[in-house]
Amino acid sequence: MNPFRRSPFVILATVLVYFFLYAPIAGLVLYSFNASRTNVRFEGFIPAFGERVVMDGSLVKASPCGPFHWYCDLAKNEDVLEAAGNTMKIAIIATIVSTIIGTMAALALQRYDFKLKPFSQVSLYIPIVIPEIVMGIGALTLFSQLFQFLNTSLNLSGDARLTLGIVTVTVSHIAFMIPFVTLVVQARLQGFDKSFEEAAMDLGADEWTTFNRITLPMILPGILSGALLAFTLSLDDFVITFFTNGPGSTTLPIYVYGLLRRIITPQVNALSTVWILVVFIAVLLLQLIQNRTEKAQH
Amino acid sequence: MLQRLRENKSAQGTLLALPTMLWLFVLLIVPLVLTLVISFGRRSPDGDVIFTFTLDNYIRLMGYHTDCPGGQSRCFDPIYFHILWRSLALAFNTTVLVIVLGYPLAYFIARSHPRKRNLYLFMVLIPLWTNFVIRVYAWMMLLRKEGGINIALGWLANLLGIPFEPFEMLYTPGAVLVGMVYEFLPFMILPIFTSLEKIDNSLFEAAADLGANAVKTFLRVTLPLSMPGVVAGTILVFIPVMGTFIVSDILGGRQVILVGNLIQRQYLDARDPTFGAAASLILMVMTLIVTYFYTRRFGFGEEIVAV
Repeated sequence: MNPFRRSPFVILATVLVYFFLYAPIAGLVLYSFNASRTNVRFEGFIPAFGERVVMDGSLVKASPCGPFHWYCDLAKNEDVLEAAGNTMKIAIIATIVSTIIGTMAALALQRYDFKLKPFSQVSLYIPIVIPEIVMGIGALTLFSQLFQFLNTSLNLSGDARLTLGIVTVTVSHIAFMIPFVTLVVQARLQGFDKSFEEAAMDLGADEWTTFNRITLPMILPGILSGALLAFTLSLDDFVITFFTNGPGSTTLPIYVYGLLRRIITPQVNALSTVWILVVFIAVLLLQLIQNRTEKAQH
Repeated sequence: MLQRLRENKSAQGTLLALPTMLWLFVLLIVPLVLTLVISFGRRSPDGDVIFTFTLDNYIRLMGYHTDCPGGQSRCFDPIYFHILWRSLALAFNTTVLVIVLGYPLAYFIARSHPRKRNLYLFMVLIPLWTNFVIRVYAWMMLLRKEGGINIALGWLANLLGIPFEPFEMLYTPGAVLVGMVYEFLPFMILPIFTSLEKIDNSLFEAAADLGANAVKTFLRVTLPLSMPGVVAGTILVFIPVMGTFIVSDILGGRQVILVGNLIQRQYLDARDPTFGAAASLILMVMTLIVTYFYTRRFGFGEEIVAV
């Protein structure tokens, strides 16, 4: 029996499901070239040449960017740039912190016995089994009660008052990212061959040298994939950020959500398209790295 | 002292795990306890929390109000009960639909040639990593009266010569269901694929040798062995659907209100954090109960790490 044989039903279902997955994305990309500010109907592509073009029934000055008009508009939008900057800042800091301390926890859980081990292992599953909104409002409650207490007891006023912002978002992101890093690194440590470390120790290396020269390089792919997962989770996060952000700490998902409740121009589509393109490149790179490490191991 | 630490393995382990434990304690466990505490509190006129002990918020969630039109002390209005029930039903329907749509695709990928497998998986990862909010927006554009679905239907009707009037699909329960299915489909495909990929091909050969046809092989070999993936996928879909508020917010408008929307509004518009806290605890308890009974029946899938 050919193991790769699939019935026509399976093939048909597959084609339909892939269509279901990609049709909305295709529509989104198409409308980013829409020659209509209201973006209700697709009015055709914006012409590349000409001094004046018709848009929504009136003649307007042609854009030097032609069909990519909305992309140029996007590049000039300072709110978007600020939100993108915030998103990156938060993701980078949260990834560094959660990767370091999450890896330490993975080492502790995999290699050592200690009193609180069962408790810490179970607490890693909290973000998986509890809806994100519960964690989000939990963090909001913590920060608002804490800040209220500190602001009144320390008599802080004006700019010195503690408020929600980039710090609260980053700290909360780290909390939900740590378990993912730890679980990924732990999975990598499970298949770890201890004889390399033993050989190093037999040859006279101390514990630190052994860790630095043997253990760390061997688990590095696991740490990197944990870090990449954490980074994407942070870039993508909406719910936790929604409840913990404050003035000046808007991230891209929060910004887009805000736009959806107001007037939507094709600029949102242009932003989405750029974002999808970045995701496409990132996932492609990730797959290439994974394939390489897999080949190197065999 | 450093010497003592070097010999004490248990202390080393504790020290390594300490930052993580502290972080999770302060940002996951303390907030949960705090949420529990304020859910027994009361709202002050300016939206702050008064710490007391009252069950008012929970009684209100069960459908009994204190501000009655007739002046009684309590009256029954099952609005919140309906919201909880609607969320549960939606999470259930979404999970079932996602299994029905995701299983054939996962099966297709697992049975495809190893060289093409990465490409097919890649095609699932792209929508998965495309931002959640962007994906809701994509459906908003499709479901509008002037949107893609009406255009396609109009074109089809024109082709068949039937009269067609575009209709509004946005802001209906169906729109929310479609949006949820779209958002969470990849979370079901990946774990099912992982468990299907693990099945040893010799099992299929054995089944064929013993005279089983394709349908029988699927029902007796493939399906049971892929159950861990279905279980993991169900956990990854059911729990977030119960708590999501963006999909219903954007695609359901004011028509479809779920627990997530209820909680969000208490914190932002209604400014009653104590009631929001009670609602979110009920949400958490509901998901934990469902997950507990579900995993006790089917086990906790290892495939959960696949995503």
